[in-house]
Amino acid sequence: MEFRHVETAGGRAKVRVYQGGTGATLVYLHHAGGLIPDDPFLEALSRRYRVVAPVLPGYEDSEGAEELRDMLATTLHSLDVLDALEIRNPILVGHSLGGMIAAEMAATNAHEFEKLVLIAPAGLWLDEHPIPDLFAKLPMELPPLLFHDVAKGVALLSAGANFEDPEFLSEFLITNARRMGMAGKLLFPIPNRRLSDRLYRVRADTLLLWGAEDALIPPVYGRAFQDALGRAKLIEVPEAGHMLPYEQTERVVAAIADFTD
Amino acid sequence: MKFTWFNLMPWPYLPESFREEHRSVWVDIPNTLYDPARGHHLYHEYLAQLEYAEEVGFDGLGVNEHHQNGYGLMPSPNIMAGALTRTTSRAAICVIGNSIALYNPPIRVAEEFAMLDVLSGGRLVAGFPVGTPMDTNFCYGQIPALTREKYYEAHDMIMRAWHEDEPFAFDGRYNQLRYVNIWPKPIQKPNPPIYIPGGGSIETWDFCARHDYNYSYLSFTGYKRGQQLMDGFWERTAELGKDDSPYRAGFAQIICVGETDQEAEKLYSEHLRYFYNRCLHIYPAFADPPGYRTIATIKKNALAQITAAMQRRFQNLTWKDLIEDRYVIAGSPETVREQMVEMIKGLRVGHVFCLLQIGDMPDDKVRHSTKLFAEKVMPLLRDVWPDYKDDNRFWIQPMEERLRFGPSANGGGR
Repeated sequence: MEFRHVETAGGRAKVRVYQGGTGATLVYLHHAGGLIPDDPFLEALSRRYRVVAPVLPGYEDSEGAEELRDMLATTLHSLDVLDALEIRNPILVGHSLGGMIAAEMAATNAHEFEKLVLIAPAGLWLDEHPIPDLFAKLPMELPPLLFHDVAKGVALLSAGANFEDPEFLSEFLITNARRMGMAGKLLFPIPNRRLSDRLYRVRADTLLLWGAEDALIPPVYGRAFQDALGRAKLIEVPEAGHMLPYEQTERVVAAIADFTD
Repeated sequence: MKFTWFNLMPWPYLPESFREEHRSVWVDIPNTLYDPARGHHLYHEYLAQLEYAEEVGFDGLGVNEHHQNGYGLMPSPNIMAGALTRTTSRAAICVIGNSIALYNPPIRVAEEFAMLDVLSGGRLVAGFPVGTPMDTNFCYGQIPALTREKYYEAHDMIMRAWHEDEPFAFDGRYNQLRYVNIWPKPIQKPNPPIYIPGGGSIETWDFCARHDYNYSYLSFTGYKRGQQLMDGFWERTAELGKDDSPYRAGFAQIICVGETDQEAEKLYSEHLRYFYNRCLHIYPAFADPPGYRTIATIKKNALAQITAAMQRRFQNLTWKDLIEDRYVIAGSPETVREQMVEMIKGLRVGHVFCLLQIGDMPDDKVRHSTKLFAEKVMPLLRDVWPDYKDDNRFWIQPMEERLRFGPSANGGGR
């Protein structure tokens, strides 16, 4: 994957954009933890698509988070990024927080998108199925929420991490504060910014992908999205948790390919 | 020197097994542990202790705001302050304070503080904390990364509401009001003294210096651990071209006074253990939600008060650790005086918030410690800062002709 930096809307934000592969243009919006180094899911997608993955302000070296205080500002920013990249009507794919933003984009600019893929998106809240509070978790409490295969999850999340090293710890705290500080503006304290009021506007063909063992946003939310969208296809992926793109990479890519081809 | 007698109003009936059975004293502590009938007696006992503190000569009476918290039973400190306006007549009533980002609209604070200032005849010290993450973010749902911006806006609205004489429109990002026009207005002009209780965010230093507000560092870990932070405060205050009056700064200190060092240990060690082991048992993930502290504060390594490592330490602190590491100042009046001087001079503070009620300490011990401090320690500390004797910028200016009420009978007892 190559990357470059793109300014949006006359310098309101400056974001890192990863790009690679050839084929139909697929825009990918990452989850609240951000992309991982040499992101294996992006790599897999890039074998079939021209993948374009903008990094949200607050993540990596993308700038401009101060002005993104709420859902509308973030949605418009994400549309600004596509304008800056001169991308029209891409396949729009988002995972978790990225799925929430993608759904908002498709509801806001309903005529812009024909193919939408939401992978375990955030954005709805069911009182009977409260989503665990991601903002009140210690690092070691996260893998069981995010992964079906917890040991593999721990390995993926803690690659290169050494919390005993003060320099690493300080760097981690800063990175985490920037990322999750931004994510909190969309997800804290309840990850519901009334997307349900707007989903009726989505015109794109929509594919919902869910890990059958998702312990963060359980699969019942997939059915709630399906109900709100009207005519979306829902696929539950076995042996996968919330991080299904990383746990069942090939299956997820194949499901997207089936949907777009 | 000014001394405020501060009551956190803790719940003294947390079970022995609290730490093993529950993950936090704050936010999600089971409210079945609270008993309203016992709470009735307790509130009156605690109010009577504050009244007693005025009687024995303390300058201020301190209350503060916490939510869903087993060691702080005042979601609304203003209610306690209101009660004290009727039963005290001399001491400052220090509400440290109202978490102004939580009030919607924030003129509610301008109104209630004005009421307290009028009721008390101009004795209010008005505290404006940004608020702890536990209270502000987890109990009251404010978004961590936006809390500070909302706080500043609330501050601006309140100050304008107090200062302006005509109705005005306020077009804020978080609050819009067409007619800001509060009744009543405070007695103290242009406003009551403003205290900003801090936990270590460096932005707060600039804010205090810019407005000439008192900065009070409230921690439970004593003056040795407070030193680095207060050094940072004074350095920054000097950089901003402000004078170094010690009355710019305050510090909260747990203090236990006995007739002798041995008596202090005998009387108070179990209550300190209750406080550090049960009251400060806070789930670490509630203490620092990402976005609450700014990047600048993290880089400055100004640590949050409650880290996982600190939690482990609190669990095992012995009386000897607490004394030697100066978490608490405890002992005979002479021992306490010596250490108080070291603390006051070391941190350069003109105001101490004295925590003399600790954890599950019964009323008679609270009064014993309070009386010894007032009679045998406080008088000897009055003139630590002779050069600043006349600096009244950070203190109350009460009405001369105000009504006087006597203290009520002693509290409910428990």
